[in-house]
Amino acid sequence: MTNVYLDNSATTKLDPRVLEKMKPYFDSKYGNASSIHAMGQENHIVLTKCKEEIAKLINGNPESIIFTGSATEANNMIIKGVAEKNKESYSAKATETPGKHILISTIEHPSVKKSAEYLKSQGFDIELIPVNSDGLVELDQVKKMIKPETILISVMTINNEIGTIQPIKQIAEFAKKNNILFHTDAVQAVPYVDLDVKGWGVDFLSLSAHKFNGPLGVGIAYLADRRSVTPLIHGGGQEYGVRGGTYNIPGIVGMTEALKLAYAEKDEYINQVSDLTQYLWKRIQEEIDDVSLNGSTEHRTPNNLNILFKRIEGEAILMDLSVKGINVSTGSACSAENLRPSSVLSKIGLEDNDLNSNIRFTLGKFNTKEEIDYTVDSLVETVRRLRSFTPIK
Amino acid sequence: MSTYHLSTYKKMALNYSKEVMDHFLHPRNIGEMKNYDGFAEVGNPVCGDQLGFYIKVKDGKIKDVKFLSFGCASNIATASILTEKVKGMSLEEAKKYDWNKVVKDLGGLPKQKVHCSILAIDGLKKAIEDYEGKKN
Repeated sequence: MTNVYLDNSATTKLDPRVLEKMKPYFDSKYGNASSIHAMGQENHIVLTKCKEEIAKLINGNPESIIFTGSATEANNMIIKGVAEKNKESYSAKATETPGKHILISTIEHPSVKKSAEYLKSQGFDIELIPVNSDGLVELDQVKKMIKPETILISVMTINNEIGTIQPIKQIAEFAKKNNILFHTDAVQAVPYVDLDVKGWGVDFLSLSAHKFNGPLGVGIAYLADRRSVTPLIHGGGQEYGVRGGTYNIPGIVGMTEALKLAYAEKDEYINQVSDLTQYLWKRIQEEIDDVSLNGSTEHRTPNNLNILFKRIEGEAILMDLSVKGINVSTGSACSAENLRPSSVLSKIGLEDNDLNSNIRFTLGKFNTKEEIDYTVDSLVETVRRLRSFTPIK
Repeated sequence: MSTYHLSTYKKMALNYSKEVMDHFLHPRNIGEMKNYDGFAEVGNPVCGDQLGFYIKVKDGKIKDVKFLSFGCASNIATASILTEKVKGMSLEEAKKYDWNKVVKDLGGLPKQKVHCSILAIDGLKKAIEDYEGKKN
């Protein structure tokens, strides 16, 4: 039984070279980077170097990089932190009311959406920016929705379900002109988009190491101005007091190495993953009837296929493939913890009948042509079996 | 490609029991039925699952039963095991078969999948009602 991993938007395999870099920080260079002794200070130097290297890769400032435990934490810190800060900064001036309007796109990750929902329960005015049928946020739509009280706009760089690349630079520029803070969750962007914090002019950006062959448990909240958020995690003064908690040096070293490798090997990887993904899609179209691709074909990462298989149910496809050793995702109804249909697919105009019939294939740097061939051969069988007893005409 | 044993998946996937996986991979009494006596189609508006049940009745008993499914593994498995259990049963008995029993028959279902058994029971009952309606 084979094990083929085609769920690289969920998480990725740790690159063995990254693991090698991390190892010494578990068992020999384990000093607390906040300690004053030599072992601590050596790791503090490592921390500083990592921030410098990452800053170069994303064209940002080292001092703006705050390491977190995940991108979920980074998103929480930014969305809630901006809201909280805004309340505080107005409390002294009784005549002015703090801005309470926040715009997020309708296809944001739950860590942004749920943070915004929480703020709504606290009296904030939250509005969702719709997407067009390609799954893209349009600047004109954002223009229509801002208000004088808008304090923050959040639009993800790349959607996790359909891989669509959003016009971040345009929206960031518009936000800046209107004195509105702008956040982008760039978790799915490495290395498909060259992150350019200063060029785009974003105020906040979130990243997660395990999405680009780095370790789990480490993320980044990029804060162009650290004073624009109220801390979420209070503690021992780490990260300029913005985020408490002992520095996760092995994780930080791993994240830095993974990001370096991702961009150093970008061209070669993109070619390889585009070829494999296109090959997968070509074979599926040739060998299976009634399939279609969800989301923009043009503004899309080259490793993502979100495919509608008419008349059969996504989780059944997933389970049947899983038994054959192929690991994919539905992101739609009946996904592991949530029965509700996918948020994105319903927003890009899929018919109700089709909302539960989708599979997301996300390829990564360790996939091979042999694996893709095995996947299509298995998929043909799976679809034939499930369609043999569907009640849907 | 690394190798894993099939049993790993059967055990681990969404905490489905061996029985659920068996009925999902090898559904009993599946497919269309011609010349049926009763038929019903039911659906769950929340998760989108659908089931169709056909029954053939003789002397007040379910002589044959078949089903169609648009649904997840537990949707297929619950309908499959239900058809196996009620085949040969009197209509009265079959109407009383409840979803708790289906869950038990399958060696349990993950909490978020229990609703599948309710849909299966509902579908079978409606197929029986369809037959009884036609008869009267």
